[in-house]
Amino acid sequence: MTAKEIIKPENLVYTKTKVMTDVPMHYCPGCSHGVIHKLIAEAIEEMGIQEKTIGVAPVGCSVFAYNYLDVDFQEAAHGRAPAVATAIKRLQPDKCVFTYQGDGDLAAIGTAETIHTCNRGENIVIFFINNAIYGMTGGQMAPTTLEGMKTSTCPYGRNTDIYGFPLKISDLLAELDGTCYVTRQSVHKVGNIVKAKKAIKKALQNSMDGKGTSVVEFVSSCNSGWKMSPHKANLWMEENMFAKYPLGDLKDTEKKHYGQ
Amino acid sequence: MKVMEEIKLMKGNEAIAHAAIRCGCDGYFGYPITPQSEVMETLMQEKPWETTGMVVLQAESEVAAINMVYGGAGCGKKVLTSSSSPGVSLKQEGISYIACAELPCLIVNVMRGGPGLGTIQPSQADYFQAVKGGGHGDYKLIVLAPSSVQEMADFTVLALDLAFKYNTPSMLLADGIVGQMMEKVVLPPFVPRRTEEEIRQQCPWATTGKVNRKSNVITSLALQAEEMEETNLRLQRKYAQIVENEVRFEEVQCDDADYILVAFGSCARVGEKVVELARNEGIKLGLLRPITLWPFPTKEIQRLAKQVKGFMSLELSAGQMVEDVRLAVNGTVPVEFYGRQGGVVPLAEETLAALKEKLVK
Ligand SMILES: Cc1ncc(C[n+]2csc(CCOP(=O)(O)OP(=O)(O)O)c2C)c(N)n1
Ligand code: SF4
Repeated sequence: MTAKEIIKPENLVYTKTKVMTDVPMHYCPGCSHGVIHKLIAEAIEEMGIQEKTIGVAPVGCSVFAYNYLDVDFQEAAHGRAPAVATAIKRLQPDKCVFTYQGDGDLAAIGTAETIHTCNRGENIVIFFINNAIYGMTGGQMAPTTLEGMKTSTCPYGRNTDIYGFPLKISDLLAELDGTCYVTRQSVHKVGNIVKAKKAIKKALQNSMDGKGTSVVEFVSSCNSGWKMSPHKANLWMEENMFAKYPLGDLKDTEKKHYGQ
Repeated sequence: MKVMEEIKLMKGNEAIAHAAIRCGCDGYFGYPITPQSEVMETLMQEKPWETTGMVVLQAESEVAAINMVYGGAGCGKKVLTSSSSPGVSLKQEGISYIACAELPCLIVNVMRGGPGLGTIQPSQADYFQAVKGGGHGDYKLIVLAPSSVQEMADFTVLALDLAFKYNTPSMLLADGIVGQMMEKVVLPPFVPRRTEEEIRQQCPWATTGKVNRKSNVITSLALQAEEMEETNLRLQRKYAQIVENEVRFEEVQCDDADYILVAFGSCARVGEKVVELARNEGIKLGLLRPITLWPFPTKEIQRLAKQVKGFMSLELSAGQMVEDVRLAVNGTVPVEFYGRQGGVVPLAEETLAALKEKLVK
C-alpha cells in the first residue's frame, strides 16, 4: 500500500472517539487514568448515550476528567461523588450517571457515601481507580496501600500494627444487596483492555436498565507515586497488586431493583 | 365569587414541607435531627413522588444530603435540605462548593442550642455561621429569618425564588420555637414542577445532558490564581446586587421611637410584647425585625440612628447580630445587647428590665 492509499477513508482502521476532547491530558506518562478515560469515552460513543450521560468527577488526579470526556459533568467535593450522582440519577432517571473515583476518594474520605449509595442500589456506575496511593497530593498512603509498601506518610513501609490493613473495598461492596455487578479489571495489557471495555459497557447498560449499582474497579499503576518507570510499575503491579486485588468478577446478578 | 382561603393549623416544620411540595420542588434530601425532623417526616407522609413527582430521600448523613443537593441543583432542579445546628455544621463544606459553583438551592437551619451536641432547645447562636460564611472562602448566603409558621411557608417559596434569581444558595434561619410551634397558616398555591424543557431554558448551564450544545460542567475548581480571582470578583459583584435589591425588614412603632429593639425570628415575637410593655410605661420603644439577615438592613438602621437615642439587640445567643447593628450605627448612639443562651428564651418582662437598666437610664 502506498502512503496515499493508507490515508484514504476506506483504509481507516482507528480513530479517536468523539467523546474524547482534544485537550492535552495532564496525566503522567504511563498512568492508567488516560487509558480508562479512553475506554469509557469509546463505550459511551458505541452505546450512543453521549447526550444522556452525566459524569461526576472526584477530587484526585482525575479531578479534570471533565476536560477530557465530552459529556455533561459535575465536579464533586472529595469523596462525595456517589451522593452527587445519587441525586442526579434520582432526579433525572432517564440519564446514564457515573462517578469516577480514586481509592482515597472512594475508600477513605468517601467510604460512607460509597457504601450507602451501593446499599441503596442507586442505578449508577462507580468507576474506581485503585492505584494504592494518593497520586494528586504527592504519594501519601491510601486505604488500599499494600502491606510493606512505602509512601510519603508510611516511609518505612505500611506496617499493619500502625496503619491497619489494605482495604478490599470492592469485596465489601459486592456483599451489599444494592450492587448488581462488581468487577475488578486492569488496563496494562491489550487483553485486559479489551476485557475492561466490556465490563464498562456492561456496567453502563446496567445503569440504563435500572438493575442497581455497578462497580468497576481498575487495579492501576501510579508510576510517579510509586517512583518507578511505567514499565517497572506494571510489572510491580502484576506481581504485588494482583495478589491482593485479584482480577475478575466479584459479583454479577440479574436482580430486580425496586424504587425510581 | 370570592374563593375562601384554606387555613390550616400546623407546626413550622410541617409548613416548610407543604410549601416545598406546593411550590414545585423536585427534591428533598435530609438527615433526622431534632428540632426539625418533622420536615422530612411530613414529606414522607405526604408521598409527593406519587403526586407531583418530587423525590424525597433520607441520606446517610448531613454531608451526603448537602452533596445530593449539589448534584440536584447542578441539574437545574429545585432542591432543598433541612437540618439543625450540628447537622448544618457538617454541611458547611458542601455549602461552600454550592456557593462557588453558583447553584440555586435552599438550606433550612432550625437552630438549637450549642456549642457541641448542646441542647434540643431553641437558639439563634448560628447567626455568625449563617451570615458571615460558615464554610471556607469568601461567599454569602441569602439568609431569611421567619418568625411565624406563615413565614416558614412563605419564605420557603421566597428563598427558592431568590436562589434561582441569583443562582446562589439561600438559607432559612429559623429556631426551634418557630419550627415546633403550631399556628394558623395559609399554604402557598400549587405550582407544577418545571418540565425538562423549561429547566433547559431557565438553567442553560445545568447538567441535563449534552443535546445540541457544548457539554456543561459544574465545578468550583480553578487552578490558576487569576481565574479563581475572577470567580471571586464575579461572586462579589453578584453579592453587591443582592445587597442593593433584596434587603427586607419589618418595623413596629418605629416612627416616633426613642429606642429601637432589634430582633429576628422568635425573639421578634417576644420583642412585640416588649414594645407593648414599654409603651405602657411611657417608654417610646420600636421594634426593627430584620427579615433578611444577609443582606442586613444596614441602611435602615443608619436612618433610624439619626432619630433615636439607642438600640438594643435581643437574641438567643451571647450576642452575634448585635455586632452588625454596631457596624451600622458606627458609634453614633449606644448599642446594647440582651440575650439568653443554651436554649433559654427571654421573657418580655426581663427584656424590658434589661432595656431600662442598659439604655433608658
Ligand atoms: C476535604 C479534602 N481533604 C483533602 C483534600 C486533599 N486531597 C486532594 S486529592 C487527595 C487524594 C486523592 O487520592 P485518590 O483518591 O487515591 O486519587 P488519585 O490522585 O490517586 O487518582 C487528597 C487527600 C481535599 N481536596 N479535600
Ligand atoms: S500521580 Fe499517579 S495517578 Fe496521578 S497522573 Fe501521575 S501516575 Fe497518574
